[in-house]
Amino acid sequence: MVKVLFYSLPECDFEEVLRYAGAGKTSDGKNEDMAEIVKECTEEAKIVRGRVCFEKYKISVENGKVKFPFAEIESESLSKNLSGCSSAVVFAATVGIGIDRLIRKYGSTDTVKALFMQAIGTERVEALCDTFCRDLSEKVKRNGYSLKPRFSPGYGDLSLDVQKKITEATQCAKNIGVTLNDGMLMSPSKSVTAIVGLYKGEER
Amino acid sequence: MTELLEKIRKTRLYLDGGMGTMLYKMGLEPGELTEGWNLTHKAEIISIHKKYYEAGSNIICANTFGINGLKYSEEKISEMVSGAVECANEARRLCKDKENKYIALDIGPLGRMLKPYGDVDFEDAVEAFAKTVRVGVKFGVDLIFIETMNDGYETKAAVLAAKENSGLPVFVSNAYEEDGKLINGSSPEAMVALLEGLGADAIGVNCSFGPDKLLGVVKRLVAASSLPVFAKPNAGLPESVDGETVYNITAEKFAGEMIKMAKIGACMLGGCCGTDPEYIEKTVAATKDIPLAKIEKKNYTVVSSFSRTVRIGERPVLIGERINPTGKKRFKQALVENDIGYILNEGTEQVEKGADILDVNVGLPGIDEKKMLKKAVSELQAVESAPLQIDTSDFDAMEKALRIYNGKAMINSVSGKEESLRKVFPLVKKYGGVCVALTLDDNGIPSTAKGRVEIAKKILRAADEYGIDKKDIVFDTLCMAASADITAPGVTLDALKIIHDELKMNTVLGVSNISFGLPQRDTVNSAFFAMALENGLSAAIINPYSTEMMKTYYSYMMLRGMDKDCKNYIGFSESIPVEKPVENIQKAQEKPKDQEGTTELQNAIIKGFRERAAELSAKELLSADPMSVINDQIIPALDVVGKGFEKKTVYLPQLLMSAEAAKAAFEKVKEAVSASGRTENKRAKFVIATVKGDIHDIGKNIVKALLENYGFQTIDLGKDVDPETVVETVLQEKAPLCGLSALMTTTVVSMEKTVKLLKEKAPWCKVVVGGAALTKEYAEKIGADKYAKDAMETVRYAEETEKYI
Repeated sequence: MVKVLFYSLPECDFEEVLRYAGAGKTSDGKNEDMAEIVKECTEEAKIVRGRVCFEKYKISVENGKVKFPFAEIESESLSKNLSGCSSAVVFAATVGIGIDRLIRKYGSTDTVKALFMQAIGTERVEALCDTFCRDLSEKVKRNGYSLKPRFSPGYGDLSLDVQKKITEATQCAKNIGVTLNDGMLMSPSKSVTAIVGLYKGEER
Repeated sequence: MTELLEKIRKTRLYLDGGMGTMLYKMGLEPGELTEGWNLTHKAEIISIHKKYYEAGSNIICANTFGINGLKYSEEKISEMVSGAVECANEARRLCKDKENKYIALDIGPLGRMLKPYGDVDFEDAVEAFAKTVRVGVKFGVDLIFIETMNDGYETKAAVLAAKENSGLPVFVSNAYEEDGKLINGSSPEAMVALLEGLGADAIGVNCSFGPDKLLGVVKRLVAASSLPVFAKPNAGLPESVDGETVYNITAEKFAGEMIKMAKIGACMLGGCCGTDPEYIEKTVAATKDIPLAKIEKKNYTVVSSFSRTVRIGERPVLIGERINPTGKKRFKQALVENDIGYILNEGTEQVEKGADILDVNVGLPGIDEKKMLKKAVSELQAVESAPLQIDTSDFDAMEKALRIYNGKAMINSVSGKEESLRKVFPLVKKYGGVCVALTLDDNGIPSTAKGRVEIAKKILRAADEYGIDKKDIVFDTLCMAASADITAPGVTLDALKIIHDELKMNTVLGVSNISFGLPQRDTVNSAFFAMALENGLSAAIINPYSTEMMKTYYSYMMLRGMDKDCKNYIGFSESIPVEKPVENIQKAQEKPKDQEGTTELQNAIIKGFRERAAELSAKELLSADPMSVINDQIIPALDVVGKGFEKKTVYLPQLLMSAEAAKAAFEKVKEAVSASGRTENKRAKFVIATVKGDIHDIGKNIVKALLENYGFQTIDLGKDVDPETVVETVLQEKAPLCGLSALMTTTVVSMEKTVKLLKEKAPWCKVVVGGAALTKEYAEKIGADKYAKDAMETVRYAEETEKYI
C-alpha cells in the first residue's frame, strides 16, 4: 500500500539557490541587492510544503533489466545502480503548485524573481528528496539495510517514460497531486520521481 | 429527480463505502483497472453493491470512477458504463426492499492537470467528463456523484459537464488535506461559493483521512453552505501489518466518529477507502436515531477565487479599478500589443495596495474583447488569489470569461434594461456569480432616488424569476459627475441609503466618476467615498494607488469600530509616503559617478537599480528626446552589461537585474511617447515561443525581456505553442525574425516541425533557436538559421539580421 508523508521543509539554502540561478561567485558588489531579492523570494515561497508518496517493492536485477511487480524496466544504468539490491523504494515527491504560481506570476512581470523562484523550487524539491531519503535511510538501518543513491528517470539511459509507470504505481495524482502530461512532464513542475535501492549491510 | 432532493433534506440517507477496498479483497491485481471488472467480473460487482444496500446504504456509486474521455474511446466508455449501471441495477433488483435505493454515476478525477499548470484544456476536461455523463444518463442512473476531486478547477469542469448533459441531481465531493484545503489550495468556503454558484445539489468530503480528521472541514462546509453536506471519509490511514494493508480505524470506532459528523450537521454519511459494508452497517446503527440537522439557508454575499473568498456586506470591500483602458493611453497600448505582463502587474500591485477584488475590463475598439477578456481572466487567475470582477457590456465575452473563471466571480453588470436582464441573468444562474445591478433601464437613468429604487425592485423581481438569490445582487445607484449636475451626488447617495436600509441589499459604486471634469479629483473622490460609506456603501470600485482614497478607507474602518486597537489604521499610516526634505534630494543628485564615462541613468541600469532607473529616466525625458534616451542611454548601458555577460564577468541574475532596470526606464519612455501621441520608432518584429509540448518558459522570457530592452517589437506566444500558430503569427505580422525555445529533448521534434513549416510558408523569416535540449549541430540539422546559446547572442543576432531588412 502506498504511503503518503507530509513535510515542513528546512530553511532555504541561499548558496544553493544562487547556484541553481547561475549566479556565479558571490563576491561581486551587486550581490547585496541580489541577496535582498532572494530573501524576498524565499519569504514569499515559504508557502511550499513537501509531499511524498512511496512504496517498497521486491525487485530482481539481471541482464540490464530490473523487475518490479508493476513493471519490467530495461536500463543498464538503473541495473548498475540497483545491483545487489533485493528491494527498492519507489517514490514521487513534490513541493506543490504554489511555487509554479509564483514562477508564473513573475514570469511576465519580473524575470529576476522568476529566475530565483525557479531556483528556489529546484532547491526545495531537492531538499525534500534529501530529507525523505535521510529519514528512509535511518529507518532501514534498523533492519540492517542501507540505501543506494536515488535514481530518477532521465538519469543515464533510464527513459523518461518510466515516470508513467512510477506515477501509476504510486497513484501520485490522487495521493500528492502529481500528474503527468503527454510529453512526460510533471505538474506541479517541481516534482521528482525516483527509485532507491535497498541492500543488506553497512553503507558502502 | 426532485424526489431525491426533497428526501435528503428530510431523512438521513446513507452512502456506500469503499469499492476498491472490496475489489482488492476479491482478487483485483495491483495495477489492474477497477472499471475493467464491469465486463469481466459482473457477479463480484453485483455482490458488492448488494452488500452495501443490505448494510443500509441508500445511494450506491456504480463502478465508473475511473471512466472518462481522456482515458477511453466513446465506444469503450459506453461498454463499461453500461456494464457498471447494469450491475448496480441488478443488485437493486435482488434486494427485497427496493424503497429508497438509488444508483449514482460515479465521476472521479481525470488524473491529469488542467492548463496552465498542466496540459489539459478546460473545455477538453468538460468534454472528457461529459462523455461519461451522457452514457450514464442513457442507461438511467438516478444522480451524478462527483468525488475525490483535489482541484477546484477540475471540479468545475465536471459539474458543468454534469449540468449541461443531464437534469439529474449532482452531488459533489472533494478530497481535503490535513490543512483543511484541497491539494491545489482551495478552502472549503471557496468550494462552497463555487459549487453553490454552479448549482450543485449537495456537497461534501470524501477520501483523505479518517472521520476524526475531517470533522473540521465538515463543520466549515456546514457553516458556509445552504446545501445538504455529506461525509464519506476513509477508515483512517493505511498501515502495513504482516504484508497486508490495514486501515487504522475499525468499524466501531468509525461509527463512533460518524456520530460526531451527524451532530455537527452532516446529512448523508458513508465511507471511502478502507471501509466495507460492516462500517456502513455500524454507522447506520449508530446514527439513525440522531435527528437530521436543519439545513440553514445562508445569506452571505460571497465572491471567490480558486483559493479565497471575499464577503460583501460586512466590512467595506475595495474593488481595484485599474485594469481598464478608459482614459489610459498606456493601458490601451498594452492591450494593442497583447502585453499581458502589464495587466498582471496592475493586478498584483493593486492587491498589494489593499484591493480585495480586481475589476477586469479590456473593452476597446479594435480589440477582440471576447478573446482578450478570456485571456486576461485566465492569466490573472493563474497567479492572483484575489477574486475577479468581470466587467464587460459584451454578453458573449461575459459568458466566455465566466465559463473559464476558477471561482465565483463578481459580474459587472446587469441593468433594468430588458435585453440586459434577458442576457445576463441566465449566465448568473448557470455559472454563479455576484451581479452588479445598475439602477437604470430602457428609459435611461432616473433623476430621482425613488426612480432608481423602483428599478432596483424591478431587477429583484426579474432575478427571482430566473431563480437567482437576492444575496447575489449588489446594487449600483450610479455615480455621476458632480461637475455636470450639482444635484447628482445627492440623488446617488439617497438611492444608496434607501436600497441599503429599506431593501436591505448590498451596494456598490464606481466612486471615481463623481469628480469627472474637476481639478484635484482625489480630494472630491475621497470626500464622496466617506459620504457613500456612511450611507451604506458595501463595495467601492476605486483606485487603490490613490493615497487619499486609502486614507479615507482606513479612517472610516477605524472610526466605525471595524479596526480593533486601530491596528490597520496605524499600519497604513506608517506606509504613507512622506515628502522628502529638499536637502536629501540634493544629496541624491550630487551622488558621485562611480563608473568612468557613464551617466547616472546608465549606472542605475548597470547596477540593476530599478526604481532609480525609472526616476532618472523620467527626469531625462523632461529635456531629452525619447529616442535619444533609448539610444544614447539605455542601450549603451545594456551593452556594458551584455558584454560583461559574454565575457563571463557578469552572471545571469545580474544581467536580468539590469534588464529589469532598463525595462523600468523604458517604461517611462513608453509613457512619454504615448502621452505625446507620437509613435515610437520601432525596431523589427520578433515572434517568440516555447514549442508545442514544452512548458518551460523561463529561458524564453529572459530572451524576450532582453529583446524588449533593445526595442524589438516582441510578440510572445507563450509556451506549448502549435507550429501552425507560430507560422500564422509570423505571416500576419510579417515578422522578419522568429525565436523558438525547447528545454526537453522530447520536444525538439516539435521544434523541427515548426522550423520546417516556417521555412515552407514564410521563407523570409530568420529562425533562431535555443534551449537546453539543443546544440549548434542539431539546430543546423533541423534547418534553423541560427543557434543562440543565450539571450545576449539572440539580441546580437537580431541586431545583425535587422541591418539587412
